[in-house]
Amino acid sequence: METTTSPKGMTRRQLLSRATAAGATFVVGAGFIAAPDAAWAVEMKALSPETFATLTQMARDIYPHDKVADEYYATAVQMYDTNEGAEGIEAGIAGLNEAAREAGFDSYLGTLWEADRVKILRSMEDTDFFQQIRSGLVTGLYNQKAIWPIFGYEGESYSQGGYINRGFDDINWL
Amino acid sequence: MAAPFDLNDDSVVVIIGTGAGGGTLGNELAQKGISVVALEAGGRYLPQDFINDEWDSFGQLAWTDTRTTSGEWRVSRDFKNLPAWIVKAVGGTTTHWAGASLRFQDHEWKARTTYGDVAGANLMDWPIDPREIDSFYTRAEEKMRVTRTGGRPGLPGNNNYKVFEAGAKAIGKMEVSTGHMAINSDETGDRMMCQQTGFCFQGCKWGAKWSTAYTEVPEGEATGNMEVRERAHVARILHDASGKVTGVEYFDKDGNLQMQKARIVCVAGNSFESPRLLLNSASSMFPDGLANSSGQVGRNYMRHVTGSVYGIFDKPVKMWRGTTMAGIMQDEAGHNPERGFVGGYELETLSLGLPFMAAFMDPGSWGREFTTALDSYENMAGMWIVGEDMPQESNRVTLNMDVKDQHGLPVANVNFSDHPNDIAMRDHAFKTGMAMYEALGATRVLPTPPYPSTHNLGTNRMSANAADGVVDKNGKAHDVPNLFISDGSQFTTGAAENPTLTIVALAIRQAEHIAAEMSRGNI
Ligand SMILES: Cc1cc2nc3c(=O)[nH]c(=O)nc-3n(C[C@H](O)[C@H](O)[C@H](O)COP(=O)(O)OP(=O)(O)OC[C@H]3O[C@@H](n4cnc5c(N)ncnc54)[C@H](O)[C@@H]3O)c2cc1C
Ligand code: SF4
Repeated sequence: METTTSPKGMTRRQLLSRATAAGATFVVGAGFIAAPDAAWAVEMKALSPETFATLTQMARDIYPHDKVADEYYATAVQMYDTNEGAEGIEAGIAGLNEAAREAGFDSYLGTLWEADRVKILRSMEDTDFFQQIRSGLVTGLYNQKAIWPIFGYEGESYSQGGYINRGFDDINWL
Repeated sequence: MAAPFDLNDDSVVVIIGTGAGGGTLGNELAQKGISVVALEAGGRYLPQDFINDEWDSFGQLAWTDTRTTSGEWRVSRDFKNLPAWIVKAVGGTTTHWAGASLRFQDHEWKARTTYGDVAGANLMDWPIDPREIDSFYTRAEEKMRVTRTGGRPGLPGNNNYKVFEAGAKAIGKMEVSTGHMAINSDETGDRMMCQQTGFCFQGCKWGAKWSTAYTEVPEGEATGNMEVRERAHVARILHDASGKVTGVEYFDKDGNLQMQKARIVCVAGNSFESPRLLLNSASSMFPDGLANSSGQVGRNYMRHVTGSVYGIFDKPVKMWRGTTMAGIMQDEAGHNPERGFVGGYELETLSLGLPFMAAFMDPGSWGREFTTALDSYENMAGMWIVGEDMPQESNRVTLNMDVKDQHGLPVANVNFSDHPNDIAMRDHAFKTGMAMYEALGATRVLPTPPYPSTHNLGTNRMSANAADGVVDKNGKAHDVPNLFISDGSQFTTGAAENPTLTIVALAIRQAEHIAAEMSRGNI
């Protein structure tokens, strides 16, 4: 993943001294978001870090895989962090926060239970914004080779001679 | 004269498309000493170029020029500009295909007679008798080295097949095997043996699977009688005042319009592009499109009754390992109207990699219902339905005058809605497939909607009478003496079998006919 080096390598303490927490999983600083343990960080080009953190949470809520770390969701939504697209994304996330407030929460990230966030998303699933994010994730998330092993998928096999000698018929429970 | 041929050489047979139909026809004619210019819209990719990666391969090979869709099929909602998943490359869709190679059952050549009058269906008998095609099927099987024919062994079953076979037997099905595949099961012949790499849909990097890209096309070229022009997109077929075709206009690789003269033109661009080309070739003499006096060009589009069933188990399957279409269950292939529908269906194993599974399992859906299924990807087994669908006049390819391709040509719009018979058959097939997995203790089964079409048939149908269809029993246009259709668009009805073996058998047969007529001086 294209993480930046600047916030990486900071100690958790250094990181937290420059940032505020956003939701349960992210810290947001000037121009970046990072994992609370500083294991990974993404630098923003055009989106505000708060928007990016919200978008990352939205991505997880659309395609939640408990074994897939935030890092991969952040990578998946990086495609929306462009100068041309930023305005539309900021507006879409503002709409998402508005829907959260209407549902009685502070913001989307301030909506603590997944079930409540999913209700908010369901209420806007026919919008172009939601569909843009969802359809982009189909490749943005699942085409990241780094997550394939989490699902057991082995990817390319030609260079290893296929599976003819590597278990194409090794099922043992039938 | 030897290849390459001059643009003004009007002795050549021009073939449009180099897939199953066009690639085979070109080689067959070239072997007989006939000069062939094959024009192919796509580029040339060989086993060393193929990519073991679903989306990268899609980007390399798939036809992604714009098409539009309408009708009630779900593809029109989920993939509105991708009605079909087919290929634009030398070799056409035989680069992507899985290799299942089945003969029609005898009664399927006579669907109207066998099934009777089905309301809303435009059923017709093929003007071909089953015994007329037998020897061409045998020649096709030899050419393609189909397993379990000609003494060739079957392929070994992979994990996905073993689950499939056990499930079929558990519910009392008998006709289950690793099928008839155009994939080498031994080291004889000049293609390698299948190495069970599991990327059959992405182009076989070992060349074990038959594809015209590295069999028919180079064999034809080696005779010196066949020239393949890549990245040559045919825009229009031209004719003279007598109504005979005289050549074609095409955009070359640099986007320049060229004109190739021809003695005969054979159209093999798959079932969207072939009718689109005839419609785009309308003239004052043929105002409704070339060869369209019947009004049937573009109509009766068939795509097979399809759908998939994925079963999730409490233990690993690893279905992606090995041959993608590794086996078949044929107990339901016959015509047995007591099931509530006419015609039959086959069930065949299928697997998708994780990226395509995410895209195609239930397009548009999201949330935990969707993701928990993918979480069990490693424990999934998969199968695909292929059954006979009903030809309907309103299921058709038309020109969309509002949308143009990169050459400024109106694109094809594909309108499709299921016939009630199709729905009843799919339902039955879903239940059979689900029962197979449930009998083995599947913890969850997923009846998955049809993908963008891979089998495209019928849009220039074959008919005994000129009023009922576009081409005669040899694939010659009823209206034009030197124009042929050489791909799956000729199909009168679709049968329950994967179509390619039949496309190839018809192409071999058509080559015999063209050669005989040429030597008699009739064309
Ligand atoms: C994933 C997948 C799996 C499949 N598995 C099987 C299987 O197991 N068994 C089976 O029987 N079938 C299978 N099929 C179907 C099979 O591939 C097709 O039926 C067969 O290739 C169709 O042959 P064709 O000659 O009609 O068209 P194609 O093989 O598609 O060839 C058409 C060619 O014409 C070219 N063309 C189109 N328009 C123009 C133009 N205007 N100018 C120049 N060139 C043009 C195209 O670029 C293309 O190369 C599968 C298909 C897919 C996609
Ligand atoms: S599984 Fe066999 S046929 Fe399929 S791509 Fe691999 S080697 Fe080729």
